[in-house]
Formats: sequence, structure tokens, C-alpha cells
Amino acid sequence: MNTIQNIQAEIVEDFEMFEDWMQKYEYLIELGKELALIEKQYKTEDNLIKGCQSRVWLHAEKQDGKIIYTADSDAIMTKGIIAILIRVLSEQKLEDIIHADLSFIDTIGLKEQLSVTRANGLVSMIKKMKLYALAYQN
Amino acid sequence: MLDISKIRNQFPILSSKVNGEDLVYFDNGATTQKPQSVITAESNYYQNENSNVHRGVHFLSGLATDKFEETRITIQNFISAKHSHEIIFTKGTTDSINIVASGYRALLNKGDEIIISELEHHSNIVPWQMCCEQSGATLKVIPLLDNGSLDMIAFENFLSENTKLVSVSHISNTLGTINPIEEIIEKAQAVGAKVMIDGAQAAAHIPINMQSLGADFYCFSAHKLYGPTGVGVLYGKEFFLTKFPPYQGGGEMIKEVSFKKTTYACLPHKFEAGTPNIAGVVAFKSAIDFITELGLSNIAKYEEELLLYATEEVLKIEGLKIYGTAKNKSGIISFNINKLHPYDIGMIVDKMGIAIRTGHHCTQPIMERFNIPGTARISLAVYNTKEEIDICIKAIKKAKMMLS
Repeated sequence: MNTIQNIQAEIVEDFEMFEDWMQKYEYLIELGKELALIEKQYKTEDNLIKGCQSRVWLHAEKQDGKIIYTADSDAIMTKGIIAILIRVLSEQKLEDIIHADLSFIDTIGLKEQLSVTRANGLVSMIKKMKLYALAYQN
Repeated sequence: MLDISKIRNQFPILSSKVNGEDLVYFDNGATTQKPQSVITAESNYYQNENSNVHRGVHFLSGLATDKFEETRITIQNFISAKHSHEIIFTKGTTDSINIVASGYRALLNKGDEIIISELEHHSNIVPWQMCCEQSGATLKVIPLLDNGSLDMIAFENFLSENTKLVSVSHISNTLGTINPIEEIIEKAQAVGAKVMIDGAQAAAHIPINMQSLGADFYCFSAHKLYGPTGVGVLYGKEFFLTKFPPYQGGGEMIKEVSFKKTTYACLPHKFEAGTPNIAGVVAFKSAIDFITELGLSNIAKYEEELLLYATEEVLKIEGLKIYGTAKNKSGIISFNINKLHPYDIGMIVDKMGIAIRTGHHCTQPIMERFNIPGTARISLAVYNTKEEIDICIKAIKKAKMMLS
């Protein structure tokens, strides 16, 4: 089963293989290039995440009780980071997203890889993803 | 000739490691590092001299006051001001500009005009927008030419008897352009306008002389000049500072207080309400001494040499474009590479121990002018070396390779 917990464990395993920051960054860049892009019509001011230094748009759609996220950013590393979050949270049940414990972020050292301002952006992304789930639930 | 390795030895932070690599610090436009003499002066103040300044009768208060006022005289000499009471201590450049903007708010009326430029830092834009909103005056903006210099023809066309104030930066923090402030001052004053110069990026890099320059106001921050944060200078001609109403009310700035009528202190204390950043002001003197000892013209010459070298070398990177190519430039290089986002470049070179700044540098109108989200910026100081430029360029090339 592709539960949030399982996917997190996979990502942690991926990151354990990396020996230095450069491999981690190259991985993020790769993920960024593969990110499922948001449709142009959703690249609106409303979908823009506040708190990120580069621009990040996030869109969420409900399908069969699950949420599908798409996103884009003008910076490739940011795209890589949001791609990881999407891999974990997209196509999951509303309930699971809202209560998700994203401990893998600390385990893989993603926050330490980012400067404080970027880490704030990461927190804003997660918050916005959870807020979408909450909004659809209500 | 400056002995750069001797200079570097005075800055403890420059021998530190970042992400396992030797630190290369190219974010001097944001703030410079501090020499040991400044660090020692600040801690020595708290260890041996601390007391509140002015009006104390005891020994330590006298000592603190002497030290504090000594810095004022040092700055007076540093910028060749006519009087020491024309030097007001502030929190920094932003604070200095706000004091003048607040003074003008009371003096301006509908129909009056203030001129700024398109390359200003937000701190030399927003206070004037607020001033215009509250006074009914109009804000005019000198446009930029493609090379990042000011459109001086447009500037001259703006000037009229309605122009009350022109406020422009001496050096652009994003583009490095050294503005022709002598010409701006002369032409503005010819129509009866006053001129304020934001010298935040200039004071540590080129010599300034208030009496020959003739600016009505000039301001800068200590922390961009090898000094502590939280301290700045507002230079203003005696006549205006006397005419302005006080900026903040409180202790220190009064002559007599009663519930019937309060009278204000004379310059400079009228603008220094409350207990100031005494330790910072005291240590500021050590920063000025550091610069004076090296000689600003020596510093300017060395930094120009570094700028030329860095410009030549970065331009060898394919797809790299420099924003700000004015003829008269200070040690700032803003650039982008192809369509790469500056944040991506900044993050990768950071991992190699290199501090550059990325983003809009608090100059969003410049970004709009060139239609870019931001730039990566290298800004130089006297302790930087050609070897550091080589290391940085190697790192930028690596980032480019990883991101392309």
C-alpha cells in the first residue's frame, strides 16, 4: 500500500544512499524537472504560496475522496522540494493528509539543507497542502 | 599599496569554515564583516565604560559621554562636515531617511514635488511615498537607462520651481552604478530644491566630503562600513535640522518639560530621543579609524581593480548577463545565467562556502525594469581577493552545470 508512512520510508531510504550534499541537490534538481506541472489557469495569485523566496504555485483537486496536487516554481530546487511533498501527500485520503506526521523531513535533513528562509517556505508549503485538504473536507 | 593579507587577519570571521569550506564572503552590500578592533571596542565598552550618556555627574557617565561624542567628531572629520552637531546618530540609513521624510511631511503642500529614481532601495522609496500621501505632494521617478545609469535628461525635465526635494542613492546596491550626485545636487539646488543622498553603499568605498559636495542631507549605516549593526548617521545642514520638528519625543531631546509647554533641545540631541546604541556608536569609531588608516582612496583603487577582474572573469561564463554596466561603477556585480533562477545558484554556491546574495535586493522596481525575478549579486569589500573571485567563479560554473 502506498500510504504516507510507506512513501516517507522510501524517500528516507533514497536519501540514505547519498554521500554528500551534491548528490542530494542533484536528486532534488532531477525531481524538480519531473514535477507534474500545474495547469496554466491555476497559476493564480490565490495559489501562490506566501513565505517562499522563489514563487511557488500549488493547486489541489479532489478525486474519489483523495487529493491530487500539482505545482510549479520558478526555481528548480524549490520544484524538487515540492515534488517530494507531492510524492508523499498527493493521491492520499483527506484525513490522512490532515493528520500526516511528516517526520521524514527531519530524518533526511531537508531543513538543514535549506537556509532558514527556505525552511520557512517548506513549512508554508506543507501548511498550504494541509489547508487544501481541510477546505475540501468542509 | 594595501597589504590585503594583513587586513584579512584583522577579521576573525574570515578564517572560519562554512559547510566544510573556507568562507568566501561576497555579501558586503548587505553588511560587511567586522575587524577585531570594532569587536573589542564594543565588548570593552560593556566591560569597562558602560553608563548612560549625557547629564550624568558620575565618572562612568562622563566617560561614556566622552566616548560617544568622540565618535561624532570622528564622523564629522570623516565626511568633512562643517559642524559636529550636523551629525545625528540614528539606527541606520532607513531610520535616517525616515527622519528627513517625516520632517518634510510637515513642510510640503499639494503641488510640491519630490524626485527619486528607479534604482532606489525600498528604504529610499517607501518613506517618500508615505510623505507624499500625507502631505499631498507628488512623487516623480527618474527612469533608468539600459546600462543601469540614470536618465539625466528626464531628471532635468522633472526639475521646476515645484521641486522641493531630490533623494537619490550615491551608489546603487543592486547595479553598482555610481550616480552623478555632484551634477544632481548642482542642478536641483539651481531650482531651489534640496538634495538628500543615500550613501549606504558609498561611505565604505569612496571618499565623501560634505562641504565640497554641498548635499543638504547625507546618510549611511555603520554596519556596511565595518562597524556594528543598529547604528547610522544622518548628516543634515544645520539650517534644516533646526527648522525640522523633532522626530520622536522622549528623554534627551528636550530642553524643558512641563504640562503647559515643552521646549526641545538643540542639535543634535533634538533628534536623539531615548538612550541610544551607545556601545555601537563607541565601536563605530573603531570602524572609521580602520578605514581612515587604510585610506579611502586606496580602498577605492583596490576595489576597482577587483571589480574589473571579477567582471572580466564572470563574463567568461557562457550565458551570463550582468545587470548594471554603467561606466562609473562600484564593486557590485548583479547577474543571471540564461534562465536559471538566482536562488538555485545561491543555494549551490553556499554549499561550497560562498556567500552571495540572491533575490530582488529590496529594489523591486529595478527587477520590473529588467523583467527578471531577481539576480545573484557579488558585492566586494577591501578584504576580498582575486583568489576568492576565482573560487567563486569555479563554484558558479559548477552550479550552472548542475542546474542545466
